[in-house]
Amino acid sequence: MSLTAQEIDRIANLARLELPPEEGQRMLDQINGFFSIVEAMRAVDTTGVEPLPHPIATIQEVALRLRDDIASEANQREANQRSAPAVERGLFLVPKVIE
Amino acid sequence: MTALHDMTVAALANQLRAKKISATEVAQHFLARSQADTSGAFLSFNPEATLAQAKEADAQLAAGTAGPLAGVPMAHKDIFVTTDFPTTAGSKMLEGYRSPFDATVVRKLGVQAGGAGMVNVGKLNCDEFAMGSSNENSAYKPVTNPWDTSRVPGGSSGGSSAAVAARLVPAATGTDTGGSIRQPASFCSITGIKPTYGRASRYGMIAYASSLDQAGPMARTAEDCALMLSAMCGPDLDRDSTSLDVPAENFARDLNASLDGLRIGIPNEFFGEGLAPGVRTAVDAALKEYEKLGAKLVPISLPRTELSIPVYYIIAPAEASSNLSRFDGVKFGHRTKDYTDLVSMYKRSRAEGFGEEVKRRIMTGAYVLSHGYYDAYYLQAQKIRRMISDDFQQAFKVCDVIAGPVAPTVAWKLGEKTDDPVANYLADIFTLPASLAGLPGMSLPAGFGEEGMPVGLQLIGNYFKEAQLLNAAHRLQQATDFHLRQPGGAK
Amino acid sequence: MSTKQKSLLVQGYEVVIGFETHAQLSTQSKIFSRAPTAFGAEPNTQACAVDLALPGTLPVMNKGAVERAIELGLAVGAHIAEQSIFARKNYFYPDLPKGYQISQFEIPVVQGGEVSFFVGDEKKTVRLVRAHLEEDAGKSLHEDFIGQSGIDLNRAGTPLLEIVTEPDIRSSDEAVAYAKELHKIVTWIGICDGNMQEGSFRCDANVSVRKPGDDLGTRREIKNLNSFKFMQQAIDFEVRWQIEQIEEGHAIQQATVLFDPDTGETRAMRTKEDAADYRYFPDPDLPPLVIGRDWVARVQSEMTELPRVMAARFVTDYGLPEYDATTLTQSKAMAAYFEAAAKACGQAKLVSNWVMGEMSRRLNAGEVGIENASVSAAQLAAMIGRIADNTISNSAAKQVFDALWTEGGEVDAIIEAKGLKQMNDTGALEAIIDEVLAANPKNVEEFRAGNSKALNGLVGPIMKASKGKANPAQVNELLLKKLQA
Repeated sequence: MSLTAQEIDRIANLARLELPPEEGQRMLDQINGFFSIVEAMRAVDTTGVEPLPHPIATIQEVALRLRDDIASEANQREANQRSAPAVERGLFLVPKVIE
Repeated sequence: MTALHDMTVAALANQLRAKKISATEVAQHFLARSQADTSGAFLSFNPEATLAQAKEADAQLAAGTAGPLAGVPMAHKDIFVTTDFPTTAGSKMLEGYRSPFDATVVRKLGVQAGGAGMVNVGKLNCDEFAMGSSNENSAYKPVTNPWDTSRVPGGSSGGSSAAVAARLVPAATGTDTGGSIRQPASFCSITGIKPTYGRASRYGMIAYASSLDQAGPMARTAEDCALMLSAMCGPDLDRDSTSLDVPAENFARDLNASLDGLRIGIPNEFFGEGLAPGVRTAVDAALKEYEKLGAKLVPISLPRTELSIPVYYIIAPAEASSNLSRFDGVKFGHRTKDYTDLVSMYKRSRAEGFGEEVKRRIMTGAYVLSHGYYDAYYLQAQKIRRMISDDFQQAFKVCDVIAGPVAPTVAWKLGEKTDDPVANYLADIFTLPASLAGLPGMSLPAGFGEEGMPVGLQLIGNYFKEAQLLNAAHRLQQATDFHLRQPGGAK
Repeated sequence: MSTKQKSLLVQGYEVVIGFETHAQLSTQSKIFSRAPTAFGAEPNTQACAVDLALPGTLPVMNKGAVERAIELGLAVGAHIAEQSIFARKNYFYPDLPKGYQISQFEIPVVQGGEVSFFVGDEKKTVRLVRAHLEEDAGKSLHEDFIGQSGIDLNRAGTPLLEIVTEPDIRSSDEAVAYAKELHKIVTWIGICDGNMQEGSFRCDANVSVRKPGDDLGTRREIKNLNSFKFMQQAIDFEVRWQIEQIEEGHAIQQATVLFDPDTGETRAMRTKEDAADYRYFPDPDLPPLVIGRDWVARVQSEMTELPRVMAARFVTDYGLPEYDATTLTQSKAMAAYFEAAAKACGQAKLVSNWVMGEMSRRLNAGEVGIENASVSAAQLAAMIGRIADNTISNSAAKQVFDALWTEGGEVDAIIEAKGLKQMNDTGALEAIIDEVLAANPKNVEEFRAGNSKALNGLVGPIMKASKGKANPAQVNELLLKKLQA
């Protein structure tokens, strides 16, 4: 599996990362280098095997815990917005969102 | 009297409880040492906060309300959010970030009511967002190995490991996703343990790979690790849905148990050609010690050991690519000064805020999850992950504990592997399998190898068997003195 | 193709519509955090650390949201999955704090089900594909800011149930009827407050057209329809627009469109490239949601009687036609009103007629709910009782009803005061009839000649002569008897 420069561009866009051309090229080479070791993995026969999303699922049933429907979080806007880049009247400011 | 910095956590705790020393003087001592350090281990200090914590610990000790480790200094890997210190995750993306809440692990270890009472000396350097094996991916500065300052301390908990090895603090927290506690512990000749996945709460631990991340202690001895681990672990049912509902344990309860009849599995895949001779010698010697202690060595096979590399480096970046999407310059973190619209704001903020390795993993992760590739890569990796996990269960039918090297080599030179990310990945081969299976694993000093650099012995246990691992480690530490040595020769 | 199907065609094209409805669940706290969900708070005062995606935060599932999903599943006869999975839907948008939405992808909590309703007097059933739990996003505010938007994350994390239909809908009328029925269901069982202006119930319509027999056309999605009126307008416009495009030789491009109420038109949103690559994967922070059958059974036993069950009961117990039963069960309040009145006077069909007819007309005109009707069920029952026992005629009843509605009072007192008692004395009536027959020989002749319409010319004068008090049924009976004699 070999990525192309076009795919690097597509992924960079999906991931919202700006990559200048040299960086994009370096990324392409390194990721392709990585994917050469991935090929062995793709060849493994995994028929009938279920994916393991939660490690402990190997030995015990794992189920989502449910909490009671109680609103117990008090308003902490000031503390929560302490590290915000741009705030006005309690709103986070961003460049205009165009639909 | 022994110097304060030569005391273990256990010893300090005793001295403090007996009121032979005060938390304040202990804190001042370690703060001074830490602030004078030049290894790059620390990213931030807040002496006012540290001394306030020490004062609180002293008050609790006087009132008899103190936790088991009250007044003992430590430091947190800068992956754990703290209200009284900034948290950066080793990244420019979070430069100056102040969390409005403390991580659960921080609360459990600290001086807040119900905590163990430890005092935080500062935040420790690490690879950016815990991605790396040498601490060279820190956006701020690298960390040097106290045993040889031209070499790496390991990663991603490089700051934690170096700080403990240099006795800047008697203990530190680390996180281990693919080996980030065990490998730096091995490179710096200290002891570290990653518990069973789900034992320690991940709430407040900045996420890298959610199904792999675990918090753990790093200290000089197995006993110290056991004491800290006991305080760190326990259900956090209200905040972390992956936290296991298993009761908190006293992991130090079996430290001195006999190892007679303990079956130690030796995976042949861990002793192949890639293993450096110096590392092999040290590990073999440690295994011989175990035999002397009554243990039996059992040859086993973990046939998919090598596959754990691509499996991990598909799954971890995939989860990371999603976990790191929240860093968008909107609510917190770095925002670029140079943007024309929303999209350019996102792209430049993230490009400026993230380092190369992080970007690489985000790209890889986004790719393997993207339309058309999910089945072949991500899903396939999760299936092999189950097979790897099953391999361990097979092995544990014939052994109690698995032992082997932590890494194929000793610590490498700074800059040696920075141009070749894949070389870094390959060096994780021995630690990745236990991470993928969610099994507890630890590293303890086993001697020295090439260039006189430390070599760690890895012990892997079955789920929930941390006490057994710590017992095995402790008994070895009673029979050897590697864990007592320090850089520069003195004991 | 049936006449009905044919009659739904627009310019010869078949309209194919599928709906996705996002219903905000009426929980106290958010789906994955403990922040409150109340509408209208100051910006970001109900967005806690988890909602803001601050580093280190993790989701914890709200039991109330799950329970409401089970209730919806039971209400539509769907399968409640024993195990369902939460997945991350990854994309960047300022109102999406984590950069992904926690939703359900491959395995949703509710699977299948159907919603039945009437369009005019035809019954229609729309099949559901699924309903799944997910979190709502925040809001972007554009006024007051030049070149910028203000982001309020209070709404981020509010639990949503996304309800998806098969493309079974064939017209804008059916679409609105479906939406209204679904709205009724979710408010009836109490899982959603149904406040469309506040965004509690939002519909997206996937619309395509095709010549009958052809494969499905390319669909465009009309997003965020939050009023039934706009829904109808938007779909009608979109259908005509698509047909026009096709007739002019342009292929329809898949797109997301918004309806502009001011212009009455739909227009495509700014295309987001790669918008479709959401890189779904199971959320590693959330183990599988397990719903045991005993939990489902318990919810079922505690659930309020569902509208369609109640409607079926009205058919069996009260002998009502299906249409009536469905209309009366449009809300709990109306159904309760009907039952109370029907039980009180024993005249279910008459009660139904009055509630669906005169009552509903006045309620709609005054934009008032039946809970606030000016005539109580007891009063209506009393009035209908007087119709049934022939005390008053239907037309007299209208006057009684009007008086009750505008002035209130007591049925018998009003009848007395307005002198509305029906003439039931057949002797007096026969005398009037004889007089009228004598005065209108032409009508009598025409009727006997076979023109039954000539009767109307006789009934009028009879009613007038009786000052409206004659019992119309009796008039007809006696008149015919005399004419046929």
